[in-house]
Amino acid sequence: MNKTKQTYYPLEEALIEEYGKKAAAWTEDELPGISKLRHEAMREFRKTGFPGNKLEKWRSTDMEPVYQEPLSVFTDEITYDKKIDEIFQCDVHGFQARVLSLLNGSYYGPEESQLTVSPEGVIAGSLLAAQREYPELVEQFYGKAKTAVADGFKSANKAMARDGVFIYVPDGVEVKDTFQLIKILNKKGLMVHTRNLIVLGKNTKLTFLHCDDSVNHHEGFINTLSEVFIGENSELELYKLQNLNDETALVNQTVVHQAANSRLKVNVMTLNGGLVRNEIVDQMDGEGAWSDINGLFLIDKEQHVDNQVYVYHNVPHCESNQLFKGVLDEQSLGVFNGFVYVAPDAQKTNAFQQSSNILLSRDAHIDTMPQLEIYADDVKCSHGATVGQLDSDALFYLMQRGISFEDARMLLMYAFADEVLGQISIEPLRVNIEDMVKRRLRGELSICDRCVLHCSHPDKPIEFDIDLSKI
Amino acid sequence: MTDEKNEKQVLHEVTSGEYKYGFFTNIEADQAPKGLSEDIIRFISAKKNEPEWLLEFRLKAYRHWLTIEEPDWALLHHPPIDYQDIIYYSAPKKKKELSSLDEVDPELLDTFNKLGISLEEQKHLAGVAVDAVVDSVSVKTTFQDTLKKHDIIFCSFSEAVQDHPDLVKKYLGSVVPYTDNYFAALNSAVFTDGSFCFIPKGVRCPIELSTYFRINAANTGQFERTLIVAEEGGYVSYLEGCTAPMRDENQLHAAIVELIALDNAEIKYSTVQNWYPGDKNGKGGIYNFVTKRGLCKGNSSKISWTQVETGSAITWKYPSCILLGDNSVGEFYSVAVTNNFQQADTGTKMQHLGKNTRSTIISKGISAGQSNNSYRGMVRVGKRAENARNFSQCDSLLLGDKCGAHTFPYIKTNNPTAIVEHEATTSKISDDQLFYCQQRGIDMEKSIGLIVNGYAKDVLNKLPMEFAVEAQKLLAITLEGSVG
Repeated sequence: MNKTKQTYYPLEEALIEEYGKKAAAWTEDELPGISKLRHEAMREFRKTGFPGNKLEKWRSTDMEPVYQEPLSVFTDEITYDKKIDEIFQCDVHGFQARVLSLLNGSYYGPEESQLTVSPEGVIAGSLLAAQREYPELVEQFYGKAKTAVADGFKSANKAMARDGVFIYVPDGVEVKDTFQLIKILNKKGLMVHTRNLIVLGKNTKLTFLHCDDSVNHHEGFINTLSEVFIGENSELELYKLQNLNDETALVNQTVVHQAANSRLKVNVMTLNGGLVRNEIVDQMDGEGAWSDINGLFLIDKEQHVDNQVYVYHNVPHCESNQLFKGVLDEQSLGVFNGFVYVAPDAQKTNAFQQSSNILLSRDAHIDTMPQLEIYADDVKCSHGATVGQLDSDALFYLMQRGISFEDARMLLMYAFADEVLGQISIEPLRVNIEDMVKRRLRGELSICDRCVLHCSHPDKPIEFDIDLSKI
Repeated sequence: MTDEKNEKQVLHEVTSGEYKYGFFTNIEADQAPKGLSEDIIRFISAKKNEPEWLLEFRLKAYRHWLTIEEPDWALLHHPPIDYQDIIYYSAPKKKKELSSLDEVDPELLDTFNKLGISLEEQKHLAGVAVDAVVDSVSVKTTFQDTLKKHDIIFCSFSEAVQDHPDLVKKYLGSVVPYTDNYFAALNSAVFTDGSFCFIPKGVRCPIELSTYFRINAANTGQFERTLIVAEEGGYVSYLEGCTAPMRDENQLHAAIVELIALDNAEIKYSTVQNWYPGDKNGKGGIYNFVTKRGLCKGNSSKISWTQVETGSAITWKYPSCILLGDNSVGEFYSVAVTNNFQQADTGTKMQHLGKNTRSTIISKGISAGQSNNSYRGMVRVGKRAENARNFSQCDSLLLGDKCGAHTFPYIKTNNPTAIVEHEATTSKISDDQLFYCQQRGIDMEKSIGLIVNGYAKDVLNKLPMEFAVEAQKLLAITLEGSVG
């Protein structure tokens, strides 16, 4: 598509206008390299605009209604006036996390803790602050991640994103605490852009929990891009937990580069969200890299979840697994597009891909596209996709033993979801999420004005009403 | 390791077989000038003495074609096609109407003999009615008498236009409209001939019908159109074979096949495609852009596609089924083999619209040399398609480390009662299997042959008997050199 766009949607116009107003001022406190990238990205954005559903990768996800909404592109800085706990509380029983928060697109924290350095040398905090303090480090990695398919959201993000989270783990450090990123919108009608940069040195380990939550029922639009670089022999566990209101749209892109013998584990859990698009790109650049990318989405009403996973086996001797499961009810629409690329000479590659989906209602809709592109012969690649309903034999079996239809159905759905949930290795987190899934399946979990995790009471576990004496 | 070396050498040998059908028959041809314009379309139409409505259809298609662009979503790379550098009409010069086989040009008969389809032999031994299409004009249809007894119409498309205009008018473009895609529009504008088959109510066609396509003259494109209609309770098995001589330039083949099955009717369509694939360096070869679609219009109707694709420099082909009638069944069985620099992007589309519709997709891709072989398929379950069921299996086998195998399935489900399954694997021939065969005294070359044939067996079994034999031979030629 080399054609230059003729007319813009209101949101595109707002974005271009905001850029015009702010760009000059931004150059003052950021790296010249970043300003240059910004400028180039804006030029690209003017050409393409936001992606329309004519593009192959956007065929199943039509975002045009969002482009028409009267959202304001928000890039103002936020002043810290009250503790994050007062806006939002996240309280997982028995779960210790180092919390980093982004409020309306900016890093939110007191002046003195914009960027902290731990005794081992782990740097964590605002990306904007990191540009001042560690320009070489940021310059080395910022904007270097290779995305899979270029589109308007990526260029918009590059052009507009000012702040985000920066984490640097130096060689040889295993970070014990889990880092948790909380991203909140608390004003009406905002479109925000954020950008995160996570760099792991050699022989390191990090667990990162990335939460997208809504604290109210206002509409909003988040466009976020995370660049992740994993060094040799390092391990990253990345959890994405999405529980947004039905009015919010989220475009979430993560690009990971893996060096030799590194391990990546991703779990994407979408429990609620108006329109969610997750794009995960895994670039395997070093031999012996391993990755496990799992996802679960439970959606209903008119929600829309689109998961796009691209795994690039660029070198030999790597292994990747993808498992995505979806339960769709009412008028919801789910999309899974998995893509595995095996480069020429990337021999001894193992790649597996599985997408399973359950449709619960007549109006739910699922599109799944598990794709393979392979240019080497000594590989083992397979993929599978299934779409169906709950197994009627299994239902019958349970009901025959005196379990009510409702409970039997719930039990089977929970069992279906558990294959993904079981992969969560942080015990308290797993218990909480399992609990949330149970509530979600029963229709009890809804977005409240505090964190969803706060709602759950793992000490009072949800029981299925099963009369065990009858089994 | 000598063994490894040996294996590589054998693999090289078995994957470097040359095209055996590359002869060129010197038959005098009646040609249109190069290029495409409304005048050329009028010329073709006039040559074929067509009624006004058909000319209108062609012109509408041509005008539509001018407004659209060539699709670029397939995983294919080729230099742009110059549509003005193609001869759109080329017919062997006819001296007079032919009434028996003896009157067919002996050189042409010889051509068929080289192809291994002796009309004579098949007529007597195999009981196959053959409609041979050489460079766009149908030459001879055998077995007319037997077919007449059953009121089956099987003739060339031009004859059908003359003799059964109402039927043609009723069904032409009803499954593949000229607006369908770029190549369908092109074909609708310039198609020259093809086959027409009509099975009346309650008739089971007693013999297998067959067409051979062959591109003979240089620089010609072949644009044939096949239309098969099976009325209530009808049954037909239809075979299609394709070959072309060796040439340095790329030739274009853009065909349309439309199948229509009414209540309880069944159509089985088998293809062995062996167009010239180009030489070892990827020079020349046929560009094969084909639109094939079947409409299961009636309840409990069935359409089954079986294809063995071994030829063509480029294959762009998606035989599809629209399962409109309740309880209708669609099947797709495919073996696609690519070697040297061949590229294939092939697969199917199953559109489930009626209740209790079922479809099966079995696709086996084999890539060797520096070729690329893609499966691209879509299964769509509509809102009203209660209890729709689909099973797809797409396997790819890689021979050699320079080739590519790709899978692009699209599954769109809109009904909770549907069960859709897709499975795919990609691998090379396993060392264990090879070892097992060799251990029992089968040499490397034969072992590979054995394993490849076994791999494709699921599909080859679906072919009618003699086609299966030919297909196995073709697999051997394309892939295995001397391996049987």
